[in-house]
Amino acid sequence: MLEVDGVEVRFGDHVAVAGVSMVVERGEVVCLLGPSGSGKTSLLRAVAGLETPAAGAIRWDGRDVTREPTHRRGFGLVFQDFALFPHRSVAANVGFGLRMRGEPVEERVAEVLALVGLEGYGSRMPSTLSGGEQQRVALARAVAPGCELLLMDEPLGSLDRPLRERLTGELRAMLHDLGVAVVHVTHDQQEALAIADRVVVLRDGRVAQAGTPPEVWRRPADEFVARFLGFANLLPHPDGLLVVPPDAVSLGPEGEPGTVTAVTFRGTGFAVTVAVDGGASLEVPVRSEAIPAPGDRVRVAIEARLTSVVPVVR
Amino acid sequence: MDRDRPRLSGSGLLATVPLAFVGLFFVWPVATVIAEGLTGAGVLEVLGDRRLQRVAWFTLWQAAVSTVLTIAVALPGAWALARFRFRGRAVVWALITVPFVLPTVVVASAFVAVLGPRGPLGGPLGGLLPGVGAILAAHVYFNVAVVARTVANALGQVDPQLEEAARSLGASRWTAFREVSLPLVRPALVAAASIVFLFTFTSFGVVLLLGGPRRATIDVEIWRQVAYFLDLRTAAALAVVQLVAVVACLVVAGRMQARVVPRRARDAARRPVGAERAVLAAILGPTLAFLVTPLAVVAYRSVDVGGGLGLTFYRALGTSRRGSSLFVPPEAAIRNSVTYAAIATAIALLVGGITAGLAAYRDRRTSRLLDLLVMVPLGTSAVTLGLGFLLALDEPPLDLRTWWGLVPIAHALIAAPFVVRIVVPALRSIDPRLREAAAVLGASPVRVRLAVDVPLASRAVLVAAGFAFAISLGEFGATLFLARPDNPTMPIAIFRFLGQPGPLNLGQAMAMSTLLMLVTATVIAGIERFRAGSVGAF
Repeated sequence: MLEVDGVEVRFGDHVAVAGVSMVVERGEVVCLLGPSGSGKTSLLRAVAGLETPAAGAIRWDGRDVTREPTHRRGFGLVFQDFALFPHRSVAANVGFGLRMRGEPVEERVAEVLALVGLEGYGSRMPSTLSGGEQQRVALARAVAPGCELLLMDEPLGSLDRPLRERLTGELRAMLHDLGVAVVHVTHDQQEALAIADRVVVLRDGRVAQAGTPPEVWRRPADEFVARFLGFANLLPHPDGLLVVPPDAVSLGPEGEPGTVTAVTFRGTGFAVTVAVDGGASLEVPVRSEAIPAPGDRVRVAIEARLTSVVPVVR
Repeated sequence: MDRDRPRLSGSGLLATVPLAFVGLFFVWPVATVIAEGLTGAGVLEVLGDRRLQRVAWFTLWQAAVSTVLTIAVALPGAWALARFRFRGRAVVWALITVPFVLPTVVVASAFVAVLGPRGPLGGPLGGLLPGVGAILAAHVYFNVAVVARTVANALGQVDPQLEEAARSLGASRWTAFREVSLPLVRPALVAAASIVFLFTFTSFGVVLLLGGPRRATIDVEIWRQVAYFLDLRTAAALAVVQLVAVVACLVVAGRMQARVVPRRARDAARRPVGAERAVLAAILGPTLAFLVTPLAVVAYRSVDVGGGLGLTFYRALGTSRRGSSLFVPPEAAIRNSVTYAAIATAIALLVGGITAGLAAYRDRRTSRLLDLLVMVPLGTSAVTLGLGFLLALDEPPLDLRTWWGLVPIAHALIAAPFVVRIVVPALRSIDPRLREAAAVLGASPVRVRLAVDVPLASRAVLVAAGFAFAISLGEFGATLFLARPDNPTMPIAIFRFLGQPGPLNLGQAMAMSTLLMLVTATVIAGIERFRAGSVGAF
C-alpha cells in the first residue's frame, strides 16, 4: 500500500504540490487528474524519487521511502513520451531493470513481451516501432522487474486520439491482470474515468476531490471539478451552481419552455442550445430524427435526481 | 533542366578558383614533399634511425596521453554545462572556448610564465619546464574546449528522462549516466577525441617552446632538420611518415564513429538543488582556475617590471635595440601580423566562400571533391605545408621563396576549411521555401541568391571572417618556415623573445603575448555576439 502523507514539492518559490495526502491499495488503479500546472506530475515524480519533497512523507507498506534514492525504491515508471533507450533493442530495454538487479533476463523478457502482445519484437530497435508499440514496450520495461507499484505519467498522452481510445481499454485490462498498485497521471477525464478505480482531482497542488469515477461524475465537489469534467450546463442556484449532466436533460412535451438558439452537429448526435425563458441557457443532446431549428419553441425536461449543487470557486 | 545549364557552366567557372588555389598552394607543395620524401631511401633511413624512432614514439604517446588527460579534465565540466542552468553559465561556456582559439605561442608563453622560475607555480612544479609535464599541461589547456563543447552539446541533446527511466529501473545516478547517456554521446566523444589526438600528434609550437632541446614531435624534428641541419630530404621523409600516421588516425577515427542517435530534449538543463550545488562548484572551480590562471599570469608578468608595475616592456616594443633578437622594432611585427591577417581573411573568404556556395547547393561530384580538397589541409600539419612551400616554390617557374605573400597564402589555406565548415551549414539551414517564394515573386536565380542567401548567411560569413583573422594572427608553424627574418609576425617575435635570455626579452614576450591575446579575445568576443546558434560545435 502506498501512503502519501501531506507531501509538498517546491521549485524555488513556486509550490507545485501543496500538501497532498492519498492512499493507493495493492491492485488498485488511482488516476491523478488535473489540468497542466496542477502538480500531478510533480507528485508522481516525488513518489518515484525524482523530486525531493519539501515536507510530508511517502510510505510503501509502512516503510518510509521519502529519502530513499529512486533506484532503491523499485517502483516502475512509464513516461509520457516513453523514454525508451534509443541505442538498445526492445529486449535490452525491457531487460534493463532485471540486469540492474542482477536477475536472469531472457525468460522474463519474453514473458513480459508476450503479456503486452509484442512476442518476437525483442531484436527490434525502438525507433522502428509505432507509437502504440513503443507505449507497450515502455510498460513492459517498467513491469519486467516485478514492481509492486507502477507509476505512469500520461502514458497515452503522446498518442493520437483514436489509438489512445483503443489502448485505454487494453491498458485497463493489462493493469488489472498485473494486480499491482497503479498511480496514473492524466489530464484527460475520459481516460481517467475509463481506467481508474479511484480518481484524485488536483487543483493548484491540492486535492480538489477524490472518489470512484461514478462518485466524481455524479457529485463533483465544486465548480472547478465540474468544469474540468467538461459539464457545460452549470445553472445559477441559491447555494452555488446546479450541475446538469448531459444525460439529465432532454427535449419533450414536459418541462421548462424555451427558444432554440443554436444547433451543432456532434457526430453521434446534435447539441441543441436552448435559451430557457427566464434567462439560463442549456445544452441538450438530441439523437432523434426530429431536430429542431434555431428559433423553434421547445420544452426542456431536467431529471433532478441526476443533478447536483456545487459551491462556486473564485 | 535546360534552365540549369547556364548556371552549371557559371559554377563550373567559379569552381576553378578554389581548385587552382588549393592545387597550386597545397596539392603541389605537399606532392613535392611526398616525392622528395620517397626519393632514395629517405623514409627507410628515418624508420631505421634510433633517434628518429624515439621522436616518433614520443609523438605517439604524448598525443595519446594528452587526449586521455583532456577528456578527463573536460568531461565533468561538459556534464555540468549540459545539465545545469546557473548564473554565469554563458561566461563559463565562453571561458572554456578561449584557450582553443588562442595562438599556440601565447599558450606556450603562458605556461612559461606560470611554470618559469618566477612564476606562481615555478617552485613546486618548476621541474615540469622544460619537459613532458609542461607539454601535456599546455595540450590539455588547449583542447579542453574541443571535448567540453562537443560533448556538452551532445549531452544537451540527450533527454534527461532517459536517465530517470534508468534510475527508476534500479540504476544509480552514475550507472544511469554510464549505461544511457555515455553511449549516446559516444560518437561525439570519439569525434572530439580524434580531433584532440590529431591536434596533439601534429603539435609544433607548444613542443618547440616547452619541450626543451631533448623533446621533439615529428613536426618539431622536421623544423630542426631544416633549420639546424639544412637536411630537406630527411625533413621530407619525416613529413611522409607524419602524413601516413595522420591518414591512419583519420581512418581509425572514421571507423570508430558509430551512427549518431539524435534525440531532442525539451530543456535538458535545470537549476541545481542541494548537494548538486557543491558538486557543481567542485567541478567548475578548479576547471575555471586552470583556464584563467595562465592568461592572468601572462598579463601580470607583462607589467611586472621588478619591484613594481609599469609599461616598460610595452614601450620596448616600439624601439629597435642593437643585439636584439629581432632585426626590426617589434611593432613592425604587429603591423605585419595585422596586414597578413587581413589579406589571409580575404583570400580564405573568397576560396572558402565559393567552395561553400557550390557545396551547399548541389550534391554533385564536383562539389564533394571541392569540399574534400579544401578540407584536407585541415588534417595536414602547418609544418608540412611550410616545408612544401620551401621545396616546391623555390625555383622557376615559381620562385616565391622570398615573397612575403606566401605567409598570408599559407594562413588562408589553413583558415579556408573553417570558413567552409561555418558557411555551409548556414546556407543549408536556409528554408528552401524562402527561395521558392522569391522565385514565385519574380526573382531570377541570381536575384534569389542575392536577396535570400546572401543576407541570411551574412552572419555566418562574419563569424567565418573572425575565425580566419584569428587563425592568421596566431599561426606559427608555417610562418616560421616562410617569414623572412626582417619580416616577423607577432608569434614569431614572441618565439624569438622566448629564445633569448634576460628579463627584458621575457617581459617583451609577455607584453606581445598579452597584445595578441587581447586582439584574439576581441575577435572571438565579436564572433560570440554574432553567432546565432546556427554555427556548429566550435
